[in-house]
Amino acid sequence: MPSVKENTIVTTAAAVELRGLRKSYGEVVALANLDLSIEPGELIALLGPSGCGKTTALRTLAGFETTDEGKVLVDGDDITRLPANKRDMGMVFQAYSLFPNMTVLDNVSFGLRIRKANSAERTRRATELLELVGLPEHAARFPHQLSGGQQQRIALARALAIQPRVLLLDEPLSALDALVRVQLRDEIRRVQTELGITTLFVTHDQSEALSIADRVGVMYQGKLEQLAAPAELYSRPATAFVAEFVGTMNRLPGLMNGGTVTVAGRSLPVDGTAPASGSEVDVLVRPEAITLRPAEDGGGLIIATTFLGSVTRVRARLADGIEVSADLPSHQASALTAGTHVTLELDEQPVLVAAPLPR
Amino acid sequence: MAQPVTARLGRGAAWAAFAAYFLVPMGASIYFTLFDRDNHFSATPYTGLFQASGFVPALQMSVEMGVLTVVVLLALLLPAMVTIQLSMPRLRPIVETLCTMPLVIPPIAFVAGIIALQTRLSDADPYGPLSQLVNNQLMQTGLPLLLVFSYVVLALPFAYRALDAGLRLLPLRTLVDAARGLGASWPTVLLRVIMPNLRTAILNAAILTLALVLGEFTLATLLGFTPFPVWIVTSGGDHAQQSTAASIVSLLVTWGGLLILSVFGDRRRTA
Repeated sequence: MPSVKENTIVTTAAAVELRGLRKSYGEVVALANLDLSIEPGELIALLGPSGCGKTTALRTLAGFETTDEGKVLVDGDDITRLPANKRDMGMVFQAYSLFPNMTVLDNVSFGLRIRKANSAERTRRATELLELVGLPEHAARFPHQLSGGQQQRIALARALAIQPRVLLLDEPLSALDALVRVQLRDEIRRVQTELGITTLFVTHDQSEALSIADRVGVMYQGKLEQLAAPAELYSRPATAFVAEFVGTMNRLPGLMNGGTVTVAGRSLPVDGTAPASGSEVDVLVRPEAITLRPAEDGGGLIIATTFLGSVTRVRARLADGIEVSADLPSHQASALTAGTHVTLELDEQPVLVAAPLPR
Repeated sequence: MAQPVTARLGRGAAWAAFAAYFLVPMGASIYFTLFDRDNHFSATPYTGLFQASGFVPALQMSVEMGVLTVVVLLALLLPAMVTIQLSMPRLRPIVETLCTMPLVIPPIAFVAGIIALQTRLSDADPYGPLSQLVNNQLMQTGLPLLLVFSYVVLALPFAYRALDAGLRLLPLRTLVDAARGLGASWPTVLLRVIMPNLRTAILNAAILTLALVLGEFTLATLLGFTPFPVWIVTSGGDHAQQSTAASIVSLLVTWGGLLILSVFGDRRRTA
């Protein structure tokens, strides 16, 4: 693949700030006082369930949606009321968005034509972008002659051709099959890193978000629950929602005792605000923080195992009927077959607690 | 594997019935124009068409009105439909109903309304010289705008259906957002993105509108104009063969035009 050093593609990294954005559709609140800052050259992924407001936030930044309140700032300039065609932002959409009546080359150079670049300049720049996304030989084809992955690559080239201040990606991989998703995901990251362009990536797929972004923002009910690096988001989730939305999480019944919680016979420190002593809580524990050991008098019973390669996910039912998942090294898990009695141990590390769910 | 004889026979019979329905009247008309009562062949009804009194002005008026009707109709309808689909989808059923109304209004009622309006305009009072000016423009004998605007209304149901079918197949929101995001103004979006991708729908709307204008008789004759269909009828009394020849030529020219447009549309779409 050609790198940016071999051609003349230039982008400017801009700082983006969404400040106090509010947006409602009738009774439905899409954005509830959303604040988000993106550093120049950074790739932020907005992650969340359907209807959490992540796409509305992105479309507001693009200028396709107006806000009820709040400001959109790019490099300190207030662009809240600027129409979409004046914002200089490149966008790749979830649906295939290439213009069906134009060839690949014409699609990529469309934005340059709007900017009145001459024909030679348009062709040169479009060709460079096609090389950047690895499809220079497809310049004369029409969109319907391309696969889904190729169309999204061309859409990426088209978005970058205008040298946008910000690149916006609205679930660009969701229509693709699994293998192509991973390939294109890596390619988007490569291109973004090479060009150093400020990027906002919206997805509902946590593996996509965690693998591609510098920081991931988890949204829920129009608000940003947490914005952090992927590793921090996973290991130190700020809220129970984030903890359960990102990765797999077990809920075990616990009892508060000062700043610690008693769970599965152990006393563990509580991460964050601790509820009052004596209150019943659910303790949130990752599968990798649980160890299951075979024991004839153990209160747990293995009910299923799923081989995942280096680890095996083991599902067990505890004495009180609660089911837990534990990720164990596969060589350890080989002794744990369905019906085996086990004991449960928790890693000695701070845990998040949440209000107990009805059981 | 060979198909059963009955299936082939059934298909052949269906085609034969279909062809006979269209070709027998056509063939009879052509025969009527080429042979007189004594069964003598003569191509005069065709060769003499352009010399026939009133033929060229009538044809010219119809073609000009047809083209103008298509332009006005598309200029009004297409941006409105795009806007409704993008921004006001809840208005769609209302607009659809309004656009379909001309189908259920009898032409005679329609023309009665037009004549009432035109009578008001032709009266100097209470609107003064302006109403006279407007009336003169509307009633020009060469290119009566009154008829053009009336045809725009009459063609609404057909054009709406054709454009709506095209718009439903297009990922309009995504294409518009993509173009806007790349810096395109609304006119550019319409001209460079939406219209090229609605080519077939626009062609269909234009063809249906042209066919309507080239064949419309009631409004034109009641309003006192002589476009091509009215000329055919009025000249038919004295020159029946020539009048029929004109009908056949117009039919063949329209079919030829449709064929060219449809081939052109298909070629561009699959390029």
